[in-house]
Amino acid sequence: MAANPSDTLVPAKEIEALVQNRKYEAGFVTDIESERVPPGLSEDVIRLISAKKREPDWLLEFRLKAYRRWLTMAEPKWAHVHYPKIDFQAISYYAAPKSMANAPKSLAEVDPKLIETYNKLGIPLREQEILAGVVPDKPQVAVDVVFDSVSVGTTFKKKLAEAGVIFCSISEAVREHPELVKRYLGTVVPVGDNYYAALNSAVFTDGSFVFVPKGVRCPMELSTYFRINERNTGQFERTLIVCEDDAQVSYLEGCTAPQRDENQLHAAVVELVALDRAEIKYSTVQNWYPGDEEGRGGIYNFVTKRGDCRGRASKISWTQVETGSAITWKYPSCILRGDDSVGEFYSVALTHHRQQADTGTKMIHLGRNTRSTIVSKGISAGHAQQAYRGLVRINERAEGARNHTRCDSLLIGSNCGAHTFPYTEVRNPSAVLEHEATTSKIGDDQLFYCRSRGIGEEEAVSMIVNGFCKDVFKELPMEFAVEAQKLLQVSLEGAVG
Amino acid sequence: MSQLLQIENLHAEVAGKEILKGLNLAVNAGEVHAIMGPNGAGKSTLSKVLAGAEDYVVTSGAIRYRGNDIAALPAEQRAAQGIFMGFQYPVEIPGVSNMIFLKAAVNAQRKERGEPELAANDFLAWVRHRVKQMKMDPAMLSRGVNQGFSGGEKKRNEILQMLVLEPKLMVLDETDSGLDIDALRIVSDGINAMRSPERATILVTHYQRLLDYVQPDFVHVLAAGRIVRSGGPELARELEEKGYGWLQAA
Ligand SMILES: Nc1ncnc2c1ncn2[C@@H]1O[C@H](COP(=O)(O)OP(=O)(O)OP(=O)(O)O)[C@@H](O)[C@H]1O
Ligand SMILES: [Mg+2]
Repeated sequence: MAANPSDTLVPAKEIEALVQNRKYEAGFVTDIESERVPPGLSEDVIRLISAKKREPDWLLEFRLKAYRRWLTMAEPKWAHVHYPKIDFQAISYYAAPKSMANAPKSLAEVDPKLIETYNKLGIPLREQEILAGVVPDKPQVAVDVVFDSVSVGTTFKKKLAEAGVIFCSISEAVREHPELVKRYLGTVVPVGDNYYAALNSAVFTDGSFVFVPKGVRCPMELSTYFRINERNTGQFERTLIVCEDDAQVSYLEGCTAPQRDENQLHAAVVELVALDRAEIKYSTVQNWYPGDEEGRGGIYNFVTKRGDCRGRASKISWTQVETGSAITWKYPSCILRGDDSVGEFYSVALTHHRQQADTGTKMIHLGRNTRSTIVSKGISAGHAQQAYRGLVRINERAEGARNHTRCDSLLIGSNCGAHTFPYTEVRNPSAVLEHEATTSKIGDDQLFYCRSRGIGEEEAVSMIVNGFCKDVFKELPMEFAVEAQKLLQVSLEGAVG
Repeated sequence: MSQLLQIENLHAEVAGKEILKGLNLAVNAGEVHAIMGPNGAGKSTLSKVLAGAEDYVVTSGAIRYRGNDIAALPAEQRAAQGIFMGFQYPVEIPGVSNMIFLKAAVNAQRKERGEPELAANDFLAWVRHRVKQMKMDPAMLSRGVNQGFSGGEKKRNEILQMLVLEPKLMVLDETDSGLDIDALRIVSDGINAMRSPERATILVTHYQRLLDYVQPDFVHVLAAGRIVRSGGPELARELEEKGYGWLQAA
């Protein structure tokens, strides 16, 4: 099912103009001295990174094993995206603000310039003020922040510790809770899983670690913000979230990067583990720099995200709103191993200018009566190309498995494209799979209807797009839903002639 | 009585085809005008031209609204100045609730006119009042705009929007088509409720039935892009009896 521009009607020119003028608000650079490993990748570089982070031997071994696997692998070619060959030797695999060399013990010790950067992005790092009620409307959200390669601080640590929740950078987790990290790291995404996952496993520098023990409902939303600041650096963060039996957590991830002419590589790995009756909700608002109208610059976002519903009746839910990156290659997936487990994927992806996105999900049904839901909303504008690629696999043992998939594409303008590639592999005849797909464009009739009621064109487009995304937005935590709507609005903003 | 709308020798085309071919019409505040005419005559075209649809191009002639030529005025500004069109085929906007839509419309118009936005509570009370007046289920407010509405429900929703927005010039394109007998009465009551010395209504209709409820001051016949005959309410009855053939022959 592919909807090419030629299949669709030509809508009003003005809509295209709207989209042309999208501004990237997070495009500023922080002027901070940084310590950077020279570009290039080798076993020595990996040993250097590991040494800088004072890692245990088993982790160095993990990295080297991944690196050796990576050397034998080839870049995936099948995604519906096009880009010049990446020179992996031209990338620097480690960059840290110099002031972080002696890792700060608390937020109070963090370089004020970094704090300022995050304030500019609207991310509250000053937990004192929030606790003191200076910012009354902000709900309490614990935040871990990754700046280039290192984590710069985690807020609300104490309150979380009281509940028994561990939320810290993965480097800190390796130091403080090595047995937990060792038990779960690489068990959902093995080191040799795919090209970018292998690369990440070899060179990952930081990321977040969450552990929610048996029976605990995490008392607040957890959040990580990633920001790429340094020129020519790759960001390879690693996130690991584990919920023991009956535990629950909601985790939010936000991303930005400054505006640069050259492309920057981002290859993260996220692993989720849900044990018996545990629930993990993972939400992403991704706003990496998308490149300019001509396709110069922008982030290459090659990410492996996978959740393992390891326990019975466990649940993992991915919700993502993606408006950034020059190229996105991303399939948050669920392995429904435990009987009665549930996997969900809700996605809004907006692409414009020369952005390319190849995204979707995989639902692997292994256990009995496992259920999965996929709702994908793709919005393409300008010359953007977008593909939804979804795999639903029902294994022999997955008696009574069910999947419902809904893929909707909205085209704005006549030069963009949306493509849907649903794959299904069913090895158990009792499975019930439903698939719905639609492609529509913002119609001139819809715009005129709004305008005839007094609603200006820009507001009308944003309203129609928000309406289109409603099924996904309602899955986001309240605060994020508002942010996501604003993000789409900014993304579609421009001067109406 | 002050003149609200004056259309002079209006020529308009769509997709390069001339549809309105020298149309004249004058509407005073306080009046109700019915426009009837055969299918394809240009009634909806006239409505859309008045509302400011951009694919309908005025090639010559003038449209004056409260004395000003509005040819260059974008649709949303016409709306803010009080022009409202009830669509013959109301459009669906999936996922955008009627409530959000109405609020966006009211506030956009107020903003354009330099008035402050309505407070959320006042707005809610106002909309609820109008929903009740239209005997609609308040639950419809949280449904998508016209999404999955029946034909009749869509028409009723048009009148709800009109009542909420309180326009000055109402152009209702076949709002009566597709309504059941009770709904026709409710819709007519809604239209009559808006009659006032400052407002005027143009009713595009095929049926005398609507005009039994909403009594027009004038009835016009639009055929082949022109007003070919004007008269009082009796003209509609004559048309109901004889059809349009005798006019064209004349
Ligand atoms: N976009 C368009 N492209 C080509 N022709 C059009 C377009 N819109 C309208 N027309 C033509 O213009 C003429 C007038 O149409 P209009 O909808 O105004 O008629 P009407 O009087 O409202 O008819 P009805 O009573 O059936 O509603 C018709 O012949 C129609 O086919
Ligand atoms: Mg018509």
